Amino acid sequence: MLKWTSSVLIELVRSAGHRMNNALQTLGFAARFFMLILVYSGQSFRRLHLTIREIYFVGFQSLLIILVSGLFIGMVLGMQGYETLQRYGSSEALGVLVALSLTRELGPVVSALLFASRAGSSITAEIGLMKATEQLTAMDMMAVNPIARVVAPRFWGGVISMPLLAALFSAIGVFGGYLIGVVLIGVDEGAFWSQMQGSVDFRFDVWNGIVKSFVFGTAVSLIAVFEGYDAVPTAEGVSASIKRTVVYSALAILALDFVLTSFMFRGV
Amino acid sequence: MPADSLVKITDVNFAYDDRSILKGIDMEIPRGKLVAIMGNSGCGKTTLLRLIGGQLKPTSGELLVDGQSVPAMKHDELYAMRRRMGMLFQFGALFTDISVFDNVAYLMREHTNLPEEVIRDMVLMKLNAVGLRGAHHLMPAELSGGMARRVALARAIALDPMLIMYDEPFAGLDPISMGVIGQLIRKLNDALGATTILVTHDVQEALLIVDYVYFVSDGQIVAQGTPDDIRASSDPFVHQFVFGEADGPVHFHYPAAPFEQELMREVAGA
Repeated sequence: MLKWTSSVLIELVRSAGHRMNNALQTLGFAARFFMLILVYSGQSFRRLHLTIREIYFVGFQSLLIILVSGLFIGMVLGMQGYETLQRYGSSEALGVLVALSLTRELGPVVSALLFASRAGSSITAEIGLMKATEQLTAMDMMAVNPIARVVAPRFWGGVISMPLLAALFSAIGVFGGYLIGVVLIGVDEGAFWSQMQGSVDFRFDVWNGIVKSFVFGTAVSLIAVFEGYDAVPTAEGVSASIKRTVVYSALAILALDFVLTSFMFRGV
Repeated sequence: MPADSLVKITDVNFAYDDRSILKGIDMEIPRGKLVAIMGNSGCGKTTLLRLIGGQLKPTSGELLVDGQSVPAMKHDELYAMRRRMGMLFQFGALFTDISVFDNVAYLMREHTNLPEEVIRDMVLMKLNAVGLRGAHHLMPAELSGGMARRVALARAIALDPMLIMYDEPFAGLDPISMGVIGQLIRKLNDALGATTILVTHDVQEALLIVDYVYFVSDGQIVAQGTPDDIRASSDPFVHQFVFGEADGPVHFHYPAAPFEQELMREVAGA
């Protein structure tokens, strides 16, 4: 019995150590990979059309889902916000509620979550399949650096697109709130816009939202390109990498949001 | 073998962790010749190509390409050497998001400042050499296996390399495509004045076109010679390989306990 218990304990410690070791190794590889992306970004930017092409694929092609989601979330905010505010007789503050919720939190966070599942997964799939079909090895054998040619443009495409998508998400969300609050329910239009204008601070609210979405864009793009590059070059391997991109991105966005919010909006 | 070798491999060993793949390989690839490296699957042929291309580093031994030590090269030197190499991968490894034309033009655009009109003429010349000038507008997904291999061949010779390496160019091809690729490999080597290393397990097709053959088994060179030497060889391994016999020095069965014993264990377990 004692022997059995001790062997189970040893096995538990061994397996925990093995997992920890693997996790640290992957983290180290990811950090080194991030440094390589930065080092080879110069080479990549010299061919700007590569990055612009990626902005089109990951940014422009995500517009539809971002705009539709933004509009609906704004409309729901309008309904729920009005429902609560009118209890306290302050339904004119609906504009402020919608705009602050969107610029500070929902815009950057929800658009980053959508971006991770729409663009992040496709970046991972593309790079993973290129690896599985030896295209990355072929490129390397042709003396073309795959990090400069394939990875860096996709990374920067994501980093540049994310704040723009988040800004559009918030803008269309405010419009959705306006449609429900002002056009449908009949909140005073002047109060809706003027209170919003008076209460939303550009540096404090809008700029912090932009900073958040930039951080999320960097995290999601890095996770997406890394998971693609690190994928096991088989069908199952690529599929597992795509799954990890979506899960890790979502967790990273939520954790980073908590940290950033606690720094940005302390006691306000 | 002539003294002037483009690739010289001396006592090269290679292991993944503690799994030994290559054991004391000595090999010379003379300039201008077409040399085949043959052996059964998993014997270390592709690893040898990756060592020559500098994608892997040997555990020990010396590996020279054009007089320079490949394992000692820095990143930039390695890339400079690879610009003078062409490699055809097992399944072509064409870039699937660009057309046949752009695949062949890829290296010219990456490594030269040639105007687009010159690149166009060069690409069409390369595609004409492999008989696919008319397919320049197609995407890789629209090509058959043999056509994709020929496009990859045109891409491998895009910058007139000094050394062309082929990794299983005949794998999965029909007999006609196989013959076409075989003839192209020979013709391109002679026309470009290049040196070619052909890694394959397709003995009959390879013996028709190559100048010299190395047989690798279990990470070691077990036989070598000209195609005529190989055909006349009485070496049991070469004989088994050339005539495709199921059993011989390379066993049909993966190592296991005696079958009878295994069956009895099953019964005892149940």
